Amino acid sequence: MFSCQIEVRVQTADFAVEPIYQQLLKQSPDCGALCFFVGKVRQFQPDDSGQSHQKTSALLLEHYPGMTELVLQQLAEQAASRWPLQHIQLIHRTGLLGPNEQIVLVAVSSPHRADSFAATEFLMDQLKSQAPFWKKQQNQQQSQWLESKDSDLAAARRWYKPEQLPLLLKQKAIDARP
Amino acid sequence: MLKVVFFASLREELATRELELSLNGPLTVAELKQQLALTSPVWLRQLCQRQILQAVNQQLVGQDHPLQQGDEVAFFPMVTGG
Repeated sequence: MFSCQIEVRVQTADFAVEPIYQQLLKQSPDCGALCFFVGKVRQFQPDDSGQSHQKTSALLLEHYPGMTELVLQQLAEQAASRWPLQHIQLIHRTGLLGPNEQIVLVAVSSPHRADSFAATEFLMDQLKSQAPFWKKQQNQQQSQWLESKDSDLAAARRWYKPEQLPLLLKQKAIDARP
Repeated sequence: MLKVVFFASLREELATRELELSLNGPLTVAELKQQLALTSPVWLRQLCQRQILQAVNQQLVGQDHPLQQGDEVAFFPMVTGG
């Protein structure tokens, strides 16, 4: 079993995948798999009805400095304890991002591909529902904070047994109490 | 002393980024919310009538979490990163 190297960054600057890829490629001779996922800003966002699409002029990303990095680190440690991984790199941008700009990078290395695929998907699912980031969508007419989606919560929950659900993923049930 | 911070739509609706409050005697997160909700109908609506999350010293906590001198309490909406 490897000891996993974890690197977490929250930054306004853009990131380049290629140098990170070259770095992981060199540093992982015992791994058969490198998995990279990039999330980016869509040019069109569905409106509340899901019927029409609005053109996004920018996405403003806010975070909770300190806590965000802490949560990302904890999520990476969870992934490293679930799968035999050699590297995890998480980069998440904040600030004003235009259409087609990169938002998030998850990069993972492991001996076999199934573990890299699973860990990358786990990290994205958890990051979307557990890390304190908030998106505000801006177009020509207006700006509005995006709402969290039940489908994202469901995607995050499926990785846990019911009795092991993190507090945040139970939140709906807690808030429903009188 | 308690430091209370707000993020995203909550920060905008309350027009408040940060507050300092004195802590006199035992207080839970839920009780702090109720106290802050007395500020105005907007604060009541934002803190008690919509779904928000709370963290103490940058760890997510439940409503019953007891507060201590020097704690940093954060209130924020459901997260939407990634």
